[in-house]
Amino acid sequence: MNRLFTSLLFAVSLLPGLAVAQNAAPDALVKTVTDEVLQIVRTDKAIQSGSTSRAIDLVEQKVLPHFDFMHMTRLAVGKDWRSASPDQQKALAGEFKTLLVRTYSNALTSYKDQAVDFKPFKMQSSDTDVLVRSEIRQPTGRPVQLDYNLAKEAGGWKVYDVIVAGVSLVTNYREQFAQEVRAGGIDGLVKSLKKRNAELSASNSAAK
Amino acid sequence: MKAILRIVALRHAANKHQQGQIMIGSTTHPKSGTCRILAAAGLALVLAGCAGSNPKDPLEGYNRAIFSFNEGVDKVALKPLAQGYEAAVPLPGRVGIANFFGNVGDLWIGVNNLLQGKPTNAAVDLGRVLINSTAGIGGLFDIASEVGLEKHEEDFGQTMGRWGVGNGAYIVWPIIGPRTARDTLGFGVDMFADPVGYLDRVRLRNSLYGTRFVDTRASLLPTDKAIDEASLDKYAYVRDAYLQRRRSLIYDGRPPRGDDDAAIPGGVLSRAPMEPIDAVSHLVLTRVNGGSGSLLPMAERQ
Repeated sequence: MNRLFTSLLFAVSLLPGLAVAQNAAPDALVKTVTDEVLQIVRTDKAIQSGSTSRAIDLVEQKVLPHFDFMHMTRLAVGKDWRSASPDQQKALAGEFKTLLVRTYSNALTSYKDQAVDFKPFKMQSSDTDVLVRSEIRQPTGRPVQLDYNLAKEAGGWKVYDVIVAGVSLVTNYREQFAQEVRAGGIDGLVKSLKKRNAELSASNSAAK
Repeated sequence: MKAILRIVALRHAANKHQQGQIMIGSTTHPKSGTCRILAAAGLALVLAGCAGSNPKDPLEGYNRAIFSFNEGVDKVALKPLAQGYEAAVPLPGRVGIANFFGNVGDLWIGVNNLLQGKPTNAAVDLGRVLINSTAGIGGLFDIASEVGLEKHEEDFGQTMGRWGVGNGAYIVWPIIGPRTARDTLGFGVDMFADPVGYLDRVRLRNSLYGTRFVDTRASLLPTDKAIDEASLDKYAYVRDAYLQRRRSLIYDGRPPRGDDDAAIPGGVLSRAPMEPIDAVSHLVLTRVNGGSGSLLPMAERQ
């Protein structure tokens, strides 16, 4: 009985991410994931020396489960989203995810002496859409505001927008996406995103 | 028509490039430079009639030309200069320099906080100047932040935004970079209030301008790669980020969020004129521009 309990405890301790994902309050969720990721970045030599692929692995494993890319893509595409077929929507979300993951991962590789502070957070138990606010402190210059929008879903709280210094990484694509859709329809936008991702991944492997 | 516009825009770029350098090294008195830049703004707006389908960016054709000009200058001169600065000056030195210019700007930030009806913040700014100028050895150390007096980010463009003045056209200036029409005027006022501009010793003054410019560029180095990689169209990415950033600043980092249902044509960015924030600004708003929210109606009329 005792042994069963011990192994259960062990099993549970292996799944901290899962436990957090389903029960935690949104601010605790963001904080836990941030701490976890920064902890790894601080000790991982490959990431510190600029390995994007290593950083991408980390982001895919630790961060992505807490993001809702369909929601993000819908926001980024704006009014054209409704004219996209379910297949097109899926393709768009897939490519947009690849692009954002790469950008975010690259930012991680330039992480140096910054620290992240979380601001006081208040919510009602009935809230389904919240903003978790944090701040990156760095040695030179003023702190950079970093906010996360989360929505409550069946699988727990999911991030659907990241706002850096007041700039939404998601809605900032709206005009560019609309431009592509005007020029070549939804498929044109998917194609452009694919092309961009291919270029980035090529230049990345060339750099290594 | 497009070709003509481009020639005009490029010639215009060359002209204003010279004016832009006033910022970083010429010996002309900077105040007159500011005036010339502002006068040139009028000319830029005249071009509005020729270009653009995007209501947020009526000068898009002209702006794109200047944008790529700026990108070129940045690539061959400004970025290498900033990188050299970062390599040559060790971190504590750069922190000191950034703090020094931060301190020089704090008093004007305080004035803007007062004009925006935020006396508590203005008092903090004044406290910062007093502490950092003395205990912080002429501003080299930001002691005030350490004792909890947070640095603010205000300028006259934000003050006008707070009063309800709308963005006006988006304009990309040579060297200086993006400003809305409102923020161009605000920038002129900021320049006028800049203590560095009142230094009589021309060489010292120009060295300070130059160092501040390089310091600012260096602080942006880490974001270069991210912006290059993330954008499909760098011009549009930078423009929309600039407009979002300014909007966020005007609301002190808490702008009302746009609708999730993305039916709004221009997205969250296009919601001008802004709602007046309090009774004071409402009063000013009605007096200053009749609530139309546009500082330079010329841009719309053209």
